Amino acid sequence: MSEKEIISRLKNIVKPYVQRNEGLENFNEETDFLRDLEINSANLVDVVLDVEDEFDIEIDNDSMEGMLTVKDAKSIIQKKMAV
Amino acid sequence: MNKESIISRLPFSNPFLFVDEILQVDDSSISGKFTFSPELEFYKGHFNNHPVTPGVILTECMAQIGVVCLGIHLLEKEGVKDTPGIALSSSEIEYLKPVYPGETVIVKSQKIYFRFNKLKCKVEMFNSDNERVCTGKIAGMLLRKDKN
Repeated sequence: MSEKEIISRLKNIVKPYVQRNEGLENFNEETDFLRDLEINSANLVDVVLDVEDEFDIEIDNDSMEGMLTVKDAKSIIQKKMAV
Repeated sequence: MNKESIISRLPFSNPFLFVDEILQVDDSSISGKFTFSPELEFYKGHFNNHPVTPGVILTECMAQIGVVCLGIHLLEKEGVKDTPGIALSSSEIEYLKPVYPGETVIVKSQKIYFRFNKLKCKVEMFNSDNERVCTGKIAGMLLRKDKN
């Protein structure tokens, strides 16, 4: 799956949980889930569960803790999908 | 885990403890009951001369039994002995019938998931005629204090 495809799917996943729409308009690799999108830690759990379903992968606690930006999420998805 | 020790670990007390007894608990579900004493303060104002249990209080009762008590049980299985730090994160409840002063309700909760400290449950409340009075989903964060 291309990076572009992963990021576009990620954008669709986070959409329902975003509290700050400007962050969504400028959605890119540097986008920070908490700071730019104002997704709180409780909703970030749902983002991660949706990512697991969408990409058919399992995300562990350590990966979850390192998932702060779109870039982090993309790397984790790529790594898990390669297994 | 023993049912009484769950209640003893709840971070609530009178006038905001809405759990009398845990009836059943396992790794995916819990049920418990509570009687709304007619002496509860909020009946004086909700509503004027017509006391009915406020929906927010029914939600709180469902959250305390269905999410917090189940969460304490699940964390105990992971070796957490303390009362966890808790925060309600979402609730989506339908209120089907009124609950009047003096009524005893039973709350039944089914775990949807418990991942990354978030416990989300499908929760229902029944009155003493076994009629469903509320139904919905509630989620909360349970923070393991002793692992920080």
